[in-house]
Amino acid sequence: MPFLSLKFNLQKRVKLAQGLWMLYWLAVIVGIILFSLGIFFKIELRKRSEIMDNNESHLVPNLLILVGMLSCGLNAFGGKLCHDSLDPQKFSKMKPMLRPYMLLCCGFNALLLLLVLLCFLMQFAVYLTLAEGLKNAIRFYKDTDTPGRCFMKRTLDMTQIEFRCCGNNNFRDWFEVQWISNRYLDMSNDVVKDRVLSNVEGKYLMDSVPFSCCNPGSPRPCIQHHLTNNSAHYDYDHRTEELNIWNRGCRQAVFSYYSGIMNSIGALLIFTMVLEAGDMAGLKYLSTALETMADPENPECESEGWLLEKGFKETLADLLSKVKTFGRANQVEEGGASPDVAAT
Amino acid sequence: MAVGKITFTKTEREKLAEVLWLLNWISVVTGAILFGLGLFLKIEIQKWQEVMSEQGILYVPHMLITTGLAACGINYLGSKICLDCADTNKFLRWKLVMMPYIVCTFFFTACVLAGALMCYSIRSQLEEALYLGLRNTMRFYKDTDTPGRCYLKKTLDLLQIQFQCCGNTDYRDWFQIQWISSRYLDMTNSAVVDRVRSNVEGKYLMDSVPFSCCSTLSSRPCIQHNLSNPGAHAHYDEQSQQLNLWRRGCQQALLDHYTGTMQSIGLTVLLIWLFELLVLTGVRYLQTAMENVIRLGDPDSESEGWILENSLAETACYNFSIIKSLGKCYQVDDDPNINVPTAAADQEAPSAQVQVNVTS
Repeated sequence: MPFLSLKFNLQKRVKLAQGLWMLYWLAVIVGIILFSLGIFFKIELRKRSEIMDNNESHLVPNLLILVGMLSCGLNAFGGKLCHDSLDPQKFSKMKPMLRPYMLLCCGFNALLLLLVLLCFLMQFAVYLTLAEGLKNAIRFYKDTDTPGRCFMKRTLDMTQIEFRCCGNNNFRDWFEVQWISNRYLDMSNDVVKDRVLSNVEGKYLMDSVPFSCCNPGSPRPCIQHHLTNNSAHYDYDHRTEELNIWNRGCRQAVFSYYSGIMNSIGALLIFTMVLEAGDMAGLKYLSTALETMADPENPECESEGWLLEKGFKETLADLLSKVKTFGRANQVEEGGASPDVAAT
Repeated sequence: MAVGKITFTKTEREKLAEVLWLLNWISVVTGAILFGLGLFLKIEIQKWQEVMSEQGILYVPHMLITTGLAACGINYLGSKICLDCADTNKFLRWKLVMMPYIVCTFFFTACVLAGALMCYSIRSQLEEALYLGLRNTMRFYKDTDTPGRCYLKKTLDLLQIQFQCCGNTDYRDWFQIQWISSRYLDMTNSAVVDRVRSNVEGKYLMDSVPFSCCSTLSSRPCIQHNLSNPGAHAHYDEQSQQLNLWRRGCQQALLDHYTGTMQSIGLTVLLIWLFELLVLTGVRYLQTAMENVIRLGDPDSESEGWILENSLAETACYNFSIIKSLGKCYQVDDDPNINVPTAAADQEAPSAQVQVNVTS
């Protein structure tokens, strides 16, 4: 009893082949989109690798590029199959390739499922890499003369301006590091010397933030220094002042940007999986309908198409028994080998 | 002596009609591109319209948008006409419309050329508008509590950050205006009061700039205050001073940005104009060839096509005389039935010579 069988006449077969051809080419376009999304994501990760300690994982964009290329190739071949299927001569040439092609498509769908899971799980890795990377970026902000770190200041300033954020968790992270290099401090000044001596590590700490933390939307000119000292500025209360500098931390801001990209990629991958499953089902119907034609010479005859030759449970039982016999074949060989060993 | 005379056989005419049909469809696409370019330019100008003193330069994108829409319509009609022109019978439907259509297309093509040339000539008007606009924006930078001006501070800060510029021509423009509102000045402080009294207009002037002038390329934290006194800062040498703030003025930055955009758009529009001219020439040849076929009477015969029937000078004279006679119809008429009073009217004219038509 075939699973989900349908009757086809010539018109229906032709319509199925045409519709399936269009679906396959739609899948090729989706494959191209996936490929370009993979490249876009890779470039975005590269652009900000400095604030992630050059440690970020490129697994998702690389897999996405591979999946895009595979999708283009497989679906273009599938489209060609559909195009040739209505010509009996070409169809008989292609018949032996159908089964391996369907297995390849199944494998491709499994790869898509794996990639969807990765898209959602790798966000944790991105979050942790960002936290670590930003902490180091803030520490090395002042080292504009150290090779390998000279552009950290520029990168962090541009990140804070672009993502409208300040510091790692919030702006107070800047109070805990010395972000002004000793080169630009007047060590002969008493005030400077006092401040440096006032903490254990000898760092010049202030309650100030860099200019890139300033919010252009503030109605008053930006207050960068003595942020926690209300009396240092006229009509200023640091507890109620919200518009002066950005309140969000850069970890949260940059993470929500990457999380948005990865979620959209995951949604597109789920759509691709559904499309591929539809393509596979359509191809199975088309191939079985063409194979079961009672009179191959007469194209007008009716035929039957199905998804599975036997019922769903029977096919599953068949598969399991095949796997078991595959395992048993190895055991019988071992049993046959040991008497030989015992004999010698 | 016709201008650009070419002889067409029947198959050549049909091929010309097909090619022109395709070219007209491509022109519809280029018309849509023209529309898109005009829209893009309008959005770009409106993004920073607050720092321009007048929006006069909006006539350039408006011109491009209207010509783009006109291009789509005219070329769609043209493709329909050219498709029918392959057949002599169908051409008769369009016979009367063809000449006005070609005249319209000629004027429309001239508009496209005008649009392209406008893109190149906008620089001086833009320069003036930007200078005055930026000067006013800087003056109103502190007025974040005045309705109509509350967002000028945010706009100017974002402009300076995005275009990497400071002030109108130079960062020193900020030294000449009060950019900190009096709301945030402690008037009880004697230093503040001294500074306010030290100039005629009672403004609080400083040698400082807003934070948005700070350069991200500098290797040291930004120095915004006491800029005229390098000695006030530790190790503030010539090189640090060069990198500290953005050196370019915002007028120059915006001018470069808009001239660059408009030059690229102008170049594209010029290419579209050349294409439209080609299509117009083709349609003119097709029209004259088809008219001559009808005049000859035999649809399968060869016919001649031209751009102008007579030479350029003769056509110009002919058109000029048409325009003259249009004006003359309101003046003296040579009809003998009308009694026109002449200079010799006081002399009695023999009544027998004058026939007066009495209409009942």
